[in-house]
Amino acid sequence: MSLREVLRSCGVSRREFLQYCTAVSATLALPQTFAPQIAEALENEDGRPSVIWMEFQSCSGDSEAILRSGRPKIGEIVLDVLSVDYMEVIMAASGHLAEEAKEQAMEKNMGKYLLVIEGAIPVNDDGVYCCIAGDTAINHLKKAASGAAAVIAVGNCAAFGGIPAGHPNPTGAKGVQDLVSGKPVVNLPGCPCNADNITALVVHYLVFGDLPAVDRHLRPKFAYGKRIHDNCERRGHFDAGQYVDAWGDDAHKKGWCLYKMGCKGPETFHNCPTIRYNDGISWPVMAGHGCVGCSEPGFMDTMAPFYQRLPNIPGFGVESQATKIGVKLAGAVAAVFAVHGILNMIRNKGMVKKVEAQHLDHDKTEEGGK
Amino acid sequence: MSDRIVVDPITRIEGHLRIEAKVENGVITDAFSSGTMFRGIEKILQGRDPRDAWYITQRFCGVCTTVHAIASIRAVENALDIHVPYNAELMRNIIMGSQCVQDHVVHFYHLHALDWVDITSALQADPAKTAQLQQSVSDWKYSSEDYFKSVKDKLTAFVNTGKLGPFANAYWGHSAYKLPPEANLMAAAHYLQALEIQKEIIKIHAVLGSKNPHPQTFLVGGMALPIDPNSQNALNADRIAMIKEYNNIAKEFVEKVYIPDVLAVAPFYLDWAGIGAGHKNYMSYGEYPETNKGYPSDMWIPSGIIMGGDLSNIMEVDQSKIAEDTAHSWYADKDARHPYEGATEKRYTGPKPPYQFLEVEKDYSYVKSPRYNGAPMEVGPLARVLIAYAKGHKEIKPVVDSVLAKLGAGPEALFSTLGRTAARAIETLVIVNRVDKWINDLTENVRAGDYSTHAGEKWEPATWPKTAQGYGWHEAPRGALGHWIVIEDGKIKNYQAVVPSTWNAGPMDKGDIHGPYEQALIGTPIADPNKPLEILRTIHSFDPCLACAIHLTDEKGIEITKVQVL
Repeated sequence: MSLREVLRSCGVSRREFLQYCTAVSATLALPQTFAPQIAEALENEDGRPSVIWMEFQSCSGDSEAILRSGRPKIGEIVLDVLSVDYMEVIMAASGHLAEEAKEQAMEKNMGKYLLVIEGAIPVNDDGVYCCIAGDTAINHLKKAASGAAAVIAVGNCAAFGGIPAGHPNPTGAKGVQDLVSGKPVVNLPGCPCNADNITALVVHYLVFGDLPAVDRHLRPKFAYGKRIHDNCERRGHFDAGQYVDAWGDDAHKKGWCLYKMGCKGPETFHNCPTIRYNDGISWPVMAGHGCVGCSEPGFMDTMAPFYQRLPNIPGFGVESQATKIGVKLAGAVAAVFAVHGILNMIRNKGMVKKVEAQHLDHDKTEEGGK
Repeated sequence: MSDRIVVDPITRIEGHLRIEAKVENGVITDAFSSGTMFRGIEKILQGRDPRDAWYITQRFCGVCTTVHAIASIRAVENALDIHVPYNAELMRNIIMGSQCVQDHVVHFYHLHALDWVDITSALQADPAKTAQLQQSVSDWKYSSEDYFKSVKDKLTAFVNTGKLGPFANAYWGHSAYKLPPEANLMAAAHYLQALEIQKEIIKIHAVLGSKNPHPQTFLVGGMALPIDPNSQNALNADRIAMIKEYNNIAKEFVEKVYIPDVLAVAPFYLDWAGIGAGHKNYMSYGEYPETNKGYPSDMWIPSGIIMGGDLSNIMEVDQSKIAEDTAHSWYADKDARHPYEGATEKRYTGPKPPYQFLEVEKDYSYVKSPRYNGAPMEVGPLARVLIAYAKGHKEIKPVVDSVLAKLGAGPEALFSTLGRTAARAIETLVIVNRVDKWINDLTENVRAGDYSTHAGEKWEPATWPKTAQGYGWHEAPRGALGHWIVIEDGKIKNYQAVVPSTWNAGPMDKGDIHGPYEQALIGTPIADPNKPLEILRTIHSFDPCLACAIHLTDEKGIEITKVQVL
């Protein structure tokens, strides 16, 4: 049974389906003319790749995100059509029967299934900090990855270690890319990751038969190719030097720039401002709270404290390249905050230096240095 | 003869839970609950800005998202003596209430229903009779024969693909499934409808807090969304209308689908009103401050303690009587301590993975065993509803009485697996109606000219005392939640959370007294040890959330002598 037939049986019209495909092409940053091609790929007979979704040191936030998936009606249907053969949050089977279902799906689709990982993987003390069905997360990951077509790390924890890897990282939490070799890995960081980006990635895979182009942190360029700051609806206020100074002040009510309230939009690559969340209703800056940089490697240590500017943290260099007007203001703000001892608040200086060094390299190679 | 059965992973929950049980002559004689994942977030919090804590603790859990954010900001506000504006309290009430409603709907339909509903049996249903059944329980709009035929066709087509995805390998056809095919088909249709509805309900969080899961809107001292009826970048009339509309969608579904479903399914499973009680000790911290005096004054849902199922004697909660035992947990320090004095370092002593069984006579879980005055306590919707019922609560008591009358049962039936599931539905109904009141109260307050959403006098750490300590409580969907914080020189010196699933999922304590999950399982009949569906019923009735339940305190401990009593 093709997707088209499934959709028809659920009362989704051809027109609604093509509208959906158009929306997906927009998320993928493709021209709208790709919509028919997307439709064709989705309608292929037996085109349902098997998906194994495993959770390790997670909070299930990314599983929940996919349950809110952006397009009304059709989000879950696309998931249905994916043949989700293992996903702890929703699957009916429990215990050894659940594990059996996973084994069967892996065997039957050897080399072809998509492995989705949510949550970090603890490696300290032989991995005893996360066990499922009596075995460690690290063993589960290595086994499942060996037969996968590709591994998709959803959320910051699976991509970069995220919350449990925050200093002092008590369990040795790591992201997938540090542990899996010989398989393509795509990172979809965010806390949680945006469901529309998962859907778009899968559609890209179905349409082009390949994974999308990624940046140096293995994030798809269609979703992480631009900084929050570049697409922010409040960017005009940044350029005009119009800032919120206190929560609930007139500037805040008017929707001015949250830069001085600690917004990490200038340091963060993500498409939040353009696709938003929960069917496009809102995103953090729109709701009056700054970005905290949840799609970046080293998050939280490179981004906390959330409510202060971090003058020595990457982003300022990148930012000054892009914003001739903003740079003077940024510099002034940075100088003010630098004397407030913010650097004492940064918990993991090693991580900060590492990420900073990567950014500096990046600037030199891709933007011609500072 | 005795069987040792293991269910790992327990699916359709949050987190990693393992149940081991001994079964003799078809009945569970002993049970052990184990949380098998550990992150150490409380340790990660040390040294950070207390204003950041809500964001990090919210990541304890993405299913009951928001709840740890609420407890955290309340703890910091309590420590620094910050009083938040009335608007912010109301916005928090709306967020907490809609979280509870959405979470309970998802729990009933997507996490719990498949323990009672056999999807495969729905394929045998007669759509015409299903339509009659639907029309007899409520005037819900999706009730035609054609509609149920389309759902049946869809399910049939899905099954015929041979790729059952998340429905593969379940206990379908188990003798403990009792519903007729038509009730199964109706429930399957509602499963699919609820997938759509839950997305709508939770858009209240997107409007007030940017997104869900993990809304990004909380601030120590208030909320980040400003209010201004004349701005397009603040909460205005249009946005208030939006949240009202989403709550209307929730209300209609709860009144016309969720409650009638519980009443329609329960009569087939009345034996479960006599199974799964456990210790019959219940605790609630109280929730939803309704006046401008703010939290914890004038709370709509009352706090209290019930011991041994005695509804005639509701005691007040005294937080100094809370202690966390680690006698059977994978932590080094074995003294039971008050959260303010928590002193534990992780120490895994279990079998080397891969393993077949845990060593339950020794340590067997990362979850600790909280005790109140030395006794295990159940927390959650059942605890809240029982305490409110016993106190004669104006909104809750009539609904409980009406549900019990319809089922022909007395209040003692609530001490059970079925009681937990019914109490969750009852609570959803009263809260979804109360959210309406809070939206109206917020609107009235804004109309009166109050736009304030944040108390900023103590925002800057320079205004804080050198040291401060406090705690924040919240009645989360899964029960009584508490965060304790110590602040020194503007940074977190120590942080401790005692969460609902720790209360419920904990292992035995030093006296080998079982935790609530374990105790509730003992005595449960098991028809087929290879397909222990009955274990899932009782465990799911608690709505486990294991990522929340496991945490770590500072090895140095927190030295506090003065304990404030709510």
